[in-house]
Amino acid sequence: MDTTILLFLLQDGITNGAIYALLGLALVLVFAVTRVILIPQGEFVTFGALTYATLAAGKLPGTVWLAVLMGAIAFAFDLWSMRLSFRLAPLLRSVVLNLLLPLAILALTSAVVGPTNAIAMNVLLSLVIVAPLGPFLYRIVYQPMAEASVLTLLIASVGAHFALLGLGLVFFGAEGLRGPALSSASVTLGPVPISGQALAVYGVTTGLIVALWLFFGYTLYGKALRATAVNRIGARLAGIRTSLSGQLAFLLAAIIGAVSGILIVPITTIYYDTGFLIGLKGFVAAIIGGLVSYPLTALAAILVGCVEAFSSFYASNYKEAIVFTLLLPVLILRSLAAPAVEEEHD
Amino acid sequence: MSEPLLSVVRASVAYGNVEAVRSVSLDVGQNEIVTIIGANGAGKTTLLNAIIGIQRLKGGLTFGSRDLTTLEIEDRVATGLCLVPEHRELFGAMPVEDNLRLGGFRIKAAQSAATLEKVFALFPRLKERRRQLAGTLSGGEQQMLAMGRALMGHPRLLMLDEPSLGLAPRIAADIFRTVAELKRSGVSILLVEQNARAALQVADRAYVMELGEFILDGPADEVAADPRVAASYLGV
Ligand SMILES: Nc1ncnc2c1ncn2[C@@H]1O[C@H](COP(=O)(O)OP(=O)(O)O)[C@@H](O)[C@H]1O
Ligand SMILES: [Mg+2]
Repeated sequence: MDTTILLFLLQDGITNGAIYALLGLALVLVFAVTRVILIPQGEFVTFGALTYATLAAGKLPGTVWLAVLMGAIAFAFDLWSMRLSFRLAPLLRSVVLNLLLPLAILALTSAVVGPTNAIAMNVLLSLVIVAPLGPFLYRIVYQPMAEASVLTLLIASVGAHFALLGLGLVFFGAEGLRGPALSSASVTLGPVPISGQALAVYGVTTGLIVALWLFFGYTLYGKALRATAVNRIGARLAGIRTSLSGQLAFLLAAIIGAVSGILIVPITTIYYDTGFLIGLKGFVAAIIGGLVSYPLTALAAILVGCVEAFSSFYASNYKEAIVFTLLLPVLILRSLAAPAVEEEHD
Repeated sequence: MSEPLLSVVRASVAYGNVEAVRSVSLDVGQNEIVTIIGANGAGKTTLLNAIIGIQRLKGGLTFGSRDLTTLEIEDRVATGLCLVPEHRELFGAMPVEDNLRLGGFRIKAAQSAATLEKVFALFPRLKERRRQLAGTLSGGEQQMLAMGRALMGHPRLLMLDEPSLGLAPRIAADIFRTVAELKRSGVSILLVEQNARAALQVADRAYVMELGEFILDGPADEVAADPRVAASYLGV
């Protein structure tokens, strides 16, 4: 085989793999903290991508309305759960975060939206719009059943995935969109030109992983999230709210999803349902990492990206099948290594 | 006695249909050490877990005039109630110091730093091992860490579930000495123990629990002198 093709495919694989790595890390994080297998992770990718592409076209993205809607529902849930022990401070907090914040984002976006906005500005706006959807989703779907079994939470995840998929169709329509590249520069490495977008992917991914590492290693909130993952009861006894940890984990997941979407929408056309398939590849990586190991997940994601790139070159009809087949040996190994039944005793 | 700090009124706790605690009432006053003694399986852990909110409690439960029954665990902790659970529930994969800092999660950073120094003064062993992972500590050190982590949250009432369980007698004695010291610093204590002799020595008042009910209560020395207690719990 020709080295130029090999290098092209590798570049492609690593670029996609880096994005899958981000998604895989988010999945591991959310699972560790909340025991939720976040099937709707892919919808955050879709929302990030389509929000960014719509903003770049100078139009108001539907996700701002989605945020207002989900915020209102989250507020209703808060009111309902406060009915027994009413206190002013939590009520005010809920009004600000669930009602005023989405409205402020709506106002801000409407005020500044336009076809000549700088790319950085649209990226920032997209993140601000999509990020609150994570905590809202947690509040509405998962917080009321936080103590349920992993299987029940998984079923809820499937439901949430379909609900958000439908909302994506409502707010963005069935047309696919592409967004402008983050950078049009390109460098040449030996025989292969590396696009500015690929460089942006590497840079952003690396930056985000370092930021997460600093957050978890050096801040009290990051450590509180880890503590919830390590020992949920211990964390609650220390006064760390499970709901706070959950909302924080979902906030990170939404941000990571949106970043991935923004990174990928200049490379491939994104439809309302594309995110799901992208999320699933992050999921394959997370499963290979056993849903616990961050480094293993990141490595597996690069592998997934490369396998995908090579199979789309040699057997493009089967590329998805080949990628998901990667799971089989892992699952077989795991089921051989694990003791017969280990369901739920936490 | 003035207004009690913690007051449990005719409380019952059930696992499914099985009532493990049946209609017990208990008070802990300001600056008092109260102990609950009883054999394995009497329902002591169940009662403490229900007071902090891990298990559902039917009956009355107030802390410093606040009704706790509708509050979540975290909100009960925020009122100044802390439990050091039977299994300690440390963050095993994290260093000693992080465990302690997380105990002060709700407390302002500057205050938390000052409390950390106090906890290190109380348990110098923890200071020596501040960078060691909690899961690699010895049993006694883990108990100290669990108590230290609870103290980081500035409790008004500290509930200890069998702090001497599985510890060498000398280390257990250290723990009981610390309990007495905590009382002097103004923390009230609710102490659950199978080691009745040591518990009755350190406590002001005692309740004796059998099969989910209190069969006896009173000042610790009177309870210790009761012939039933002497026979079943003190082995004389
Ligand atoms: N999770 C549980 N599910 C069902 N029964 C339990 C559970 N935990 C404890 N019990 C039962 O409740 C009773 C009291 O247990 P426990 O509170 O642990 O006693 P103690 O702490 O005094 O040793 C025992 O009969 C025990 O078998
Ligand atoms: Mg017990």
